[in-house]
Amino acid sequence: MTEAILTMSGISKEFPGVKALSEVDFRLLPGEVHALMGENGAGKSTLIKVLTGVYDIDQGGIVLDGQPVSFSGPLQAQHSGISTVYQEINLCPNLSVAENIFIGREPRLFGHIRWSVVERRASELLRRLQLDIDVSAQLGTYSLAVQQMVAIARAIDISAKVLILDEPTSSLDAGEVQQLFRVMRQLKDEGIAILFVTHFLEQVYEIADRITVLRNGRRVGEYRTSELTLIDLIGKMIGKELEVLERLEDRPKRFQEVDVPLVDARELGRKGAVAPFSLTIHKGEVVGLAGLLGSGRTEVARLIYGADRADHGQLAVDGRPVTMRGPRTAMAKDIAFCSENRRTEGLIEELTVRENIILAMQATRGWTRPIARRRQDELVDRYVKALDIRPANPEALVRNLSGGNQQKVLLARWLITEPRLLILDEPTRGIDIGAKAEIQRLVAQLSDGGMAVLFVSAELEEVLRLSHKVAVLRDRHLIAELPNDDSLDVDRVMETIASGAKP
Amino acid sequence: MNTVVKHRLFWPVAMLVVLLLSNLIFTPTFFNVEVRDGHLYGSLVDIVRFGAPLIMVALGMTLVIATGGIDLSVGSVVAICGALACWRISEQGDQNSVGGVLVAVALALGLALLLGAWNGFLVAVVGIQPIIATLILMVAGRGLAQLITDGQIITINSSPYKRIGGGYLWTVPVAILIALAVMALAVLLTRRTALGMLIESVGGNAEASRLAGIHSRRITLMAYIVAGLCAGIAGLMISSNVSSADGNNAGLWYELDAILAVVIGGTSLAGGRFSIAGTVVGALLIQTLTTTIYTTGIPPETTLLFKALVVTIVCLVQSPAFRAKVFQGRRRRPAAPPAGPTAATTEKVEVPA
Amino acid sequence: MTTFADVRSRLARPQQRKYLPLYATLALLALMYGSGVVQYEAFSDPQVVLNVFIDNGFLLVVAVGMTFVILTGGIDLSVGSVVALTTMVSAALLEQAHWPAFVVLPIALLIGPTLGFAMGCIIHYFEIQPFIVTLAGMFLARGLCYSIGTESIRINDPFWTSMGDAIHIGEYRISASVIIALVVVLVAAYVLAFTRFGRNTYAIGGNPRSAHLMGLPIARTRIGVYTISGFCSALGGVLFTFYLPSGNSLHAIGMELDAIAAVVIGGTLLTGGSGFVLGTVLGVLVLGLIQTLINFDGRLSSWWTRIVIGVLLFAFILLQRLITPRKR
Repeated sequence: MTEAILTMSGISKEFPGVKALSEVDFRLLPGEVHALMGENGAGKSTLIKVLTGVYDIDQGGIVLDGQPVSFSGPLQAQHSGISTVYQEINLCPNLSVAENIFIGREPRLFGHIRWSVVERRASELLRRLQLDIDVSAQLGTYSLAVQQMVAIARAIDISAKVLILDEPTSSLDAGEVQQLFRVMRQLKDEGIAILFVTHFLEQVYEIADRITVLRNGRRVGEYRTSELTLIDLIGKMIGKELEVLERLEDRPKRFQEVDVPLVDARELGRKGAVAPFSLTIHKGEVVGLAGLLGSGRTEVARLIYGADRADHGQLAVDGRPVTMRGPRTAMAKDIAFCSENRRTEGLIEELTVRENIILAMQATRGWTRPIARRRQDELVDRYVKALDIRPANPEALVRNLSGGNQQKVLLARWLITEPRLLILDEPTRGIDIGAKAEIQRLVAQLSDGGMAVLFVSAELEEVLRLSHKVAVLRDRHLIAELPNDDSLDVDRVMETIASGAKP
Repeated sequence: MNTVVKHRLFWPVAMLVVLLLSNLIFTPTFFNVEVRDGHLYGSLVDIVRFGAPLIMVALGMTLVIATGGIDLSVGSVVAICGALACWRISEQGDQNSVGGVLVAVALALGLALLLGAWNGFLVAVVGIQPIIATLILMVAGRGLAQLITDGQIITINSSPYKRIGGGYLWTVPVAILIALAVMALAVLLTRRTALGMLIESVGGNAEASRLAGIHSRRITLMAYIVAGLCAGIAGLMISSNVSSADGNNAGLWYELDAILAVVIGGTSLAGGRFSIAGTVVGALLIQTLTTTIYTTGIPPETTLLFKALVVTIVCLVQSPAFRAKVFQGRRRRPAAPPAGPTAATTEKVEVPA
Repeated sequence: MTTFADVRSRLARPQQRKYLPLYATLALLALMYGSGVVQYEAFSDPQVVLNVFIDNGFLLVVAVGMTFVILTGGIDLSVGSVVALTTMVSAALLEQAHWPAFVVLPIALLIGPTLGFAMGCIIHYFEIQPFIVTLAGMFLARGLCYSIGTESIRINDPFWTSMGDAIHIGEYRISASVIIALVVVLVAAYVLAFTRFGRNTYAIGGNPRSAHLMGLPIARTRIGVYTISGFCSALGGVLFTFYLPSGNSLHAIGMELDAIAAVVIGGTLLTGGSGFVLGTVLGVLVLGLIQTLINFDGRLSSWWTRIVIGVLLFAFILLQRLITPRKR
């Protein structure tokens, strides 16, 4: 067996409050495509950043080509032979293709850049990748697929030992993906070790020789692709909960669908976000959105809330069609949306817990009718206690709270508006077990009280525990709507995801 | 004691006190305030009176900066409004007619509102970076002011108009009363209604605010309109005080003093939390600085040097990178938030970085 | 806004987008020159254009420096004050300290870059916005001017006054400043097109994060552009004294705005990463022609210059907004 060109042993990395990586082992062999898989929060991006010198490690070691290494920054990693092509193409779109490949290292004669040499060599490099384009044109005028090729060309020209491709296919169409794979196979034949990070299952089976699965910062295992079935892979990624969560009394009873649905989406869609889908949500119903990362769950949620404008289909609330012009329209219809990016789209970090909690309620009242301070305190106290937000200090700045408590603050903001439909996008991600259980219990309570909930989560167990029915998404299509009866379990959902590829 | 020192107003107020006291050393009668001929007199009174226009402009600027923007055109608006009012009065038959003065004032303030709305439109609707959007009016506005005055200094002789900047009401200078009134209004509007919190929310995170149902655009637009109005009032004060309008020099570089006042007062240029009181302290500080330099016999030319020093110190202290490097020594590598999408930094002031 | 998005998508093919502002400026220039020739007989005399260069040589040099800074996405508000400071220092050293010209000249040229270097370091290492730092620099430089003196100091040094003399080429006149300015333009254009430093400047302006990840020398480049801007301001100050032989604290008030306007009208994006020095030359020409046209007209007061510049700025900024892809 060939020697590994890269070996990472016992890598641990911790951030305040979260252990991102726990004693992870990882190896790359030359001439192979090795896929790194795992859900959000599994530790994939942390592992990559450790490898490329963006983060330093708390524990463990990296051996590259026989030598132990530790990188102080991306530049050093590059010089040692590890090149990365990120999902957000890190090139300069205002410069030409050739220039992007050579910037910072242009061939010179007494300080004078020899453009003819630059362009010639750039053309040669790209032709090697089977790309024949005008290298003097601005990079920004080309499609993302081409830009990616240029990034790869730059990467392998600088150093050709290890090439890391981070989610390279997310924005490519089928033809472009094939082109990328052709290039990857060629590079593989040249002996380069390729680390391929992706969440697309078929692609992994098409191109990868080996798969490593991460989950919750730990390595689940390394497998040869030929020896691992799709079902097993999904199982390892999503997995069964290792910890025992408080079990809810019973599975949500079979739901009687009352005549007029609260929300009725008919062929609602948005180009580039999610294909037209139809979904109904009834009063008191918990609808779960299940699917892997990138399947379009958040996009569905945002379309129903009006955070994004749909360009296809219709949305009806209480049986009457509504044009969702924006969050305010939704709020007027008593729909609330708790974003998954709580830090960038949810909380206002400079403000206090109290201010963040009453924000949405204040927004609906307008600026002329401020909520009396006493009432604010009363409401805030109530929810701080109900959700057990810590520290129980309403004047604390939200930025200083832990992830779990921040999530609870965001939740409180929407609960306080007493919505009829509460959309929760990944409410338990990155939160400790105890808080997770609390939130799940809360959702059940709310639904019992008559609130409809649209619950998005990557954790299938969670979705199954709470939902009356589960809408399954894959590759931006809603492929199935499964009632949560006794026959529905995690396996069946996974099978649905695995088999259901709607054209 | 610690809470007092940590309070963000501590240093500006402390500096103000130091300056005032140093004045006392040179002029023992500095703190004397007396009533003469039914008018309040004294160096302290002068500081507040001459600082009133700056307080006005800085108040408007505070709101704009709180939304994450900036307004470079206030100086030009000051000049335009003073010019328009004086021109209108000079065209009248009887310059002393109160009705005529009121019309002139109304015209000038109306124009100020319009100019503010123009800025707000460019920023909130068209989406141009605030520094660039207001730069346009800064340049063109100066020309407009010069056009109105035709390059000359328009002098008028109108006692009702004079009262705005130079008059007294119940022994207190009118300018101070106007400043107090606007200050009170600002505090009322921002703290008694929810407006203050909504502004801070928009400045803190415009997208999150939108998702929470806040009219981010409307609030931004309003901030610029208010800034324009404040600049207009200041313009009237200044020109009324000297009973003339100078299209070339009125309000020249005023925006810089205003920004300085806001920054000293503790409002961050990146937007978010703002402090009306802080801005007022900042404006008074700048005015006192000018006065102190004058009374202590330091050549007035050094005012700018002192301002440079103050800006530098304040901004260095406000900069987290500076504090990290100087007080904590080692340079920590940036740790991005774990597990989950990394927070995309939204450029707030959108000043070319 | 939907309307802007519509217009944006209907505009020229992406390929040509980066040259669009430049074409717009050329068109504007042609229009202005054309209307001048049509209206006034004397306008077609090439000396008219040469006069624009004579009167604005110093502005051109300053604007070239500003171009570097704006290309990285920054801004430099101190340029006017540095020009004034340079004039004051030169005048004071020549007329009051009676130092010889060949000693004063290098000293004068050192002030700007020193301040520029300091500002660049603060901007980069302390991560403070360029607007504020260069604002402080502006106060500092202007304040130093005032401390040197508030009165105008006339320069009588023979070398200095000789540099202000007209140079005759055939039947046309230019001045030494024009030649120096053109040399600066050529050097700047070369640096931006053919050196790593120049290309890194574009890279930083285009996408600072990518530039960092690609391992480009950001510190060196960023501090470098502010130093260059400082040098150009200093040189501009010297050229200014050739044009108007006196040192005065009130010189060049507002010149930073003119420089920025010239750069923007010349097609350089204020967000950075795109633009040419040639465009800045055109921008200065536009500004100069506005003034010339107004002078020729005689009826309009010169206040209209400011308004017209403001309107042009607005038009070009709008154009830039339409062709720049919205972030995210």
